Amino acid sequence: MSQPEILNQAFELAYTYTRSTGPVIGRFLTELKKRNIVGIKASDGRVIVPPMEYDPDTAQELSEFVEVGQEGEIVSFAWVKEPREAHPSDKPFAWALIRLDGADVPMVHCVAAGSEEQVSTGARVKAVWAEETIGFITDIRCFELV
Amino acid sequence: MKDIAIVGYQQSDLVSDAGACNEVEMIIPVLGKLYEQVGITNAQDVDFVCSGSCDYLQGAAFAFVMGVDALGAVPPIKESHVEMDAAWALYESILKIRMGQAESALIYGFGKSSPGELPIVLSQQLDPYYLAPLWVDTVSLAAMQARMMLDQGLITEQDMAEVVARSRQNARRNPHAQLAGDVSADDVLAQETFVSPLRKADMCPVSDGASAVVIATVEKAREWGIPYAVISGIDHCIETHNLGMRDLTDSSSTRTAAKNAGMHNGAVDVAELYAPFSHQEIILTRALGLDSNTSINPSGGVLAGNPMMAAGLSRIGEVFNRIVSGEASRGIAHATSGPCLQHNLVTVLEKA
Repeated sequence: MSQPEILNQAFELAYTYTRSTGPVIGRFLTELKKRNIVGIKASDGRVIVPPMEYDPDTAQELSEFVEVGQEGEIVSFAWVKEPREAHPSDKPFAWALIRLDGADVPMVHCVAAGSEEQVSTGARVKAVWAEETIGFITDIRCFELV
Repeated sequence: MKDIAIVGYQQSDLVSDAGACNEVEMIIPVLGKLYEQVGITNAQDVDFVCSGSCDYLQGAAFAFVMGVDALGAVPPIKESHVEMDAAWALYESILKIRMGQAESALIYGFGKSSPGELPIVLSQQLDPYYLAPLWVDTVSLAAMQARMMLDQGLITEQDMAEVVARSRQNARRNPHAQLAGDVSADDVLAQETFVSPLRKADMCPVSDGASAVVIATVEKAREWGIPYAVISGIDHCIETHNLGMRDLTDSSSTRTAAKNAGMHNGAVDVAELYAPFSHQEIILTRALGLDSNTSINPSGGVLAGNPMMAAGLSRIGEVFNRIVSGEASRGIAHATSGPCLQHNLVTVLEKA
């Protein structure tokens, strides 16, 4: 009697998939890789940055992209005296809500500054790009005061 | 529709570090006291069980299943879980009873936050593309919210410090509180800022703890012959996850939930508000339109101890305690979830 053929399949214990970020988030991240920042128009015409797939008030699907500026102003901020290990800076820095020029909705990111006194609501900031951009929110390394 | 009542509530002492005591060991004594209070033997004596916990705190998928060990689920029981504060497990249990599938339910919530770095753990529950990769922590988001209110002249640092002082003082009468004492607003203001503009005192502490509630139809509560408080309304509402699109100085979802729950159909003697940061208690008080006729957070609230996933359920339990003791005739309990009060639940309780 001949031996039955034994079926074999290599198995790698891992998340062996990549996740598609879709046409809206994916577009934003792809633009970041090219060092551009885009937002999207909400139902009422407000420009949302980073873009959302659906309008949170009307649930309308959104698709009209708008390029926005790489400078903007601080809407509010938190000064972190003792950065946590996971934080993007090991020196004191600010988390801020930043409204970019041409956008209506502020976005959350970090602001590099020497001291809390240098940061204020209304202060102008500009994006600082990472040395290598890969299509991640961290392609914007931080914002710095203008 | 059958009226539903709370018939029992117990909670553990709130501690900053429960040490080697694991989640199941935190829950078991709470359930033991609750069974005794209600006059039942174990989870077999209720029709449904629902828990609230967060696998991120334990750092393992399906970690909540271990919580069931605290119940002794043999023979099999009808059981469910929400990856949310157990106040939402109570909401699910109410739906179960309203659908006619149960007459009674046991609800428990537990959280052991001490092994991790809680604000960073919670950062991973934010938007997975725009926020989580930045590791922006929930304390910093609340600090931005507070600064917005300060900038707009809606509150002062003195107002925030007074919330903390009242919490610490009220908590002196709460034997389970983690932080209590004769603290004044000036004592708070003398502290340096931590994540500016917040001081450490403006933030709830990191706590380990558990709490549990039994609810039943009013008929069943009468049959059991124990004191109860009627749940006259409950509702929850959520706002967008995009922080930039919310008015962070207000809590519109809390206001809507309170209206839908029927809060305004009578006087509110007591309100237990889940405000993890001092300025958020002011946001909630204003959104709900509460004034000096309402005793706010007589337990000290979560500034006195914040067991994740149990603290919202405990707010409901604290109002229940005050109604069955005769201290209040009608009250509301609020629970929250998500950054800067994103998702809010309001429960209205009334004297039987």
